[in-house]
Amino acid sequence: MALLLEVKGVSKSFGGVVANHDISIEVPEGKIIGLIGPNGSGKTTLFNSIVGYHPLDNGTIQFEGREISNLVVPQIARLGLLRTFQQTRIYGKMTCVQNMQISVPHRNTGIAHMFAKFTPEVNEKADHLLEFVGLFSKRHLMAGDLSFGQQKLLEFAMALMNDPKLLLLDEPTAGINPTLINGLIDRLKRANADFGITLLVIEHNMRVIMNLAEHIYCLAHGEMLAEGVPTEIQNDQRVIDAYLGAH
Amino acid sequence: MNMSSKPVLLYGGILLVGIFLPLVFPAFQTQISMMWMMVTFALTWDILGGRMGYNSFGNIVFFGVGMYAAASVQHELYFDVGQFEVISDQFNLQLTSEKYVFGLALGSIVGAGICVVLAWILGSGILALRGQYFAICTLGLGVAVGEFAGTIDYIGAGSGMSAPVFPQAMGSSGLFYSYYFFILMGFTFFALKWLYSTRFGLAINAIRDDEDKAEAMGLHTTRYKTLAWCVAAFFLSFAGAGFGHLNGFIDPLDVAFPGATFGVWMVLMAILGGKGTLWGPVIGAVVFHVTQEFFWSTLLGWQRVALGLMIVIVVVFFPLGIMGWVREKWPERFGHTLEEKS
Repeated sequence: MALLLEVKGVSKSFGGVVANHDISIEVPEGKIIGLIGPNGSGKTTLFNSIVGYHPLDNGTIQFEGREISNLVVPQIARLGLLRTFQQTRIYGKMTCVQNMQISVPHRNTGIAHMFAKFTPEVNEKADHLLEFVGLFSKRHLMAGDLSFGQQKLLEFAMALMNDPKLLLLDEPTAGINPTLINGLIDRLKRANADFGITLLVIEHNMRVIMNLAEHIYCLAHGEMLAEGVPTEIQNDQRVIDAYLGAH
Repeated sequence: MNMSSKPVLLYGGILLVGIFLPLVFPAFQTQISMMWMMVTFALTWDILGGRMGYNSFGNIVFFGVGMYAAASVQHELYFDVGQFEVISDQFNLQLTSEKYVFGLALGSIVGAGICVVLAWILGSGILALRGQYFAICTLGLGVAVGEFAGTIDYIGAGSGMSAPVFPQAMGSSGLFYSYYFFILMGFTFFALKWLYSTRFGLAINAIRDDEDKAEAMGLHTTRYKTLAWCVAAFFLSFAGAGFGHLNGFIDPLDVAFPGATFGVWMVLMAILGGKGTLWGPVIGAVVFHVTQEFFWSTLLGWQRVALGLMIVIVVVFFPLGIMGWVREKWPERFGHTLEEKS
C-alpha cells in the first residue's frame, strides 16, 4: 500500500518547550490512523507542523512523495491535505449552504473561477453532503446559530466538500453528545470507505478511537511513546501509565 | 414578501428619481451629484469594510489618484503641460464639448487602470496585516499620499491644478455630473450585486468570518483580498475623476485626498446604513448626505456638532445600522429568508 503521508524525525520547540521531538509517523493511503496522547503531549502541534502552520525545526514531511514542509497552509490544503480544528471553525455569518459552497476545492482556481457563480453540481453536492451529516433541514440557517455539535458536523461536511485525499481531524467527537457520537463514527468510516478519504484522527475518547482506527500512534511529552494496532495500544503498560500520569 | 420581490418597481423608481431629481431641483444639482457620489463611496468602502472585515481608512487614496490622473490626461491631450504650468493664470482651459467628454472618458479609464494597479501593489503589501493593524496602516497611507501629492510639480504640487472648464455648449455642469454620478452609482451597485453572488463574494465573506479557516481550506486569500481592493479602487477612481472635473480645481489635501471628511464619511455612511448588506450603504449614504446638508443650512455653525451627535446616536442605538435595525425589527419582511428561492 502506497504511503500518502510520511513524517520523518520531526521536531518542533517553542522557546524552551519541546512540543515534538523526533516524531515519525506513516499514513498509508485509504487507512484510518489514530493519534492519541495525554493533554499537552504535542498532538495538535504535530498537526500544525503537517499542514504548514509553522516551520519545522527538524525533519521532513512528505505528502504523496512530495516534500511539503516548505509550503504554507493554503498551498498544502490545495494539494488535498486538509485539517479540521479542535476549536471548531466555521464561517459564522454565512448560511450552511454558503459555508459548503465556498469549501469547494481550490486546486485549479483561475481568475475566471473567482468571478463565476456556483454551478448546479456544486449546489447539489453541498445539499448531498449536508444530508449526509444530517444538517439538510438547517441548510439556510446562519452557521453561527448552530449548536456546537452541529457546527462540528458542518465543519466535517465542509472538509468533505473540499475533496481532500487526506483529512486530519482534531478531536472530531469533543463536545458531541454520546448518542450523536455513534452516528459520527459511522460517518467517518463511510467517508473513508465511500469517498476514499484517508483519515488521521486525534481523539481522546478511547472507545471512539479503538473502534475507528486501524493503527494508532501514542504521543507523550512530545515523544513517540508507542504504536500499533488498537489492541496492542490498549494493553501497552507505557500507554496506560502515561494516561494515569506515571510520567 | 421581501425586498427583492418587486425589483422592477424599486429600480424603476430609483431610475426616475435619478433622471428627474436634478431637473426638478436645478439649484441642488451639485448636491445631487455629490449624493450619488456618496453612495458610491459607501458601496465601495463596504467591499472591504463590510463584506471582508477589513476596515480601510485609506480608500480615499484611489479617489485622489483617479482625480489627478483624469485631469492630467485632459491636460496631456490638449495642452502642453509645461506651458500650462508657466502661464496658468492666463491660460485658456476652454475645450469643445467633444474634446471635453472624450478627455474625461479617457482620463477616467486611465485613472481607473492606474488605481487598480496601485491597489494591487499596495494590497500585496499591507493586506497581509489584520484587524486594527490594517486600519492604522491605511490611515497612515491616506495621510501620506496627500502630503506626497503636494510635492509633485507635474500635478501642480501644493498649489493644486485646474481641470478644464466645463464647455458652455453643454449647458449645466451640475446636470451633466448628476447623471455621471448616477450612472456610476448604478454601475457600481449592479456590479457589486453580481460580484457578491459569485465565488468572490463568498470568499471575502469567509475571510471576514474566519481568515485562518479560509486559509486552511485552501482559499487564495491574498489574491481575493487584493482583488477586492482593486474593485473598490476601480469605482472610486471614476468618482474621483468626476469630482475633480465638477469641482474644477484640485487641491491635494482638501479636494483630492480629504481623509478627514470624505475618507471618514465613507466609513460612517456604510456603518450608518448597515455594513455587509447591499442596500445598507445606499440608504446610509443618502440619509447621511441629506441630513448633513440639512444641518448645514439650518444649524450653521453647529452643523458639525449635530452631525457628530447623530453619529453617536446611531452607534449607540443602532449599532447594526439602519438595514440591520430594520432586519431585526421586521425580520419577516427584510430578514434573512429561510425558504428556497426558486
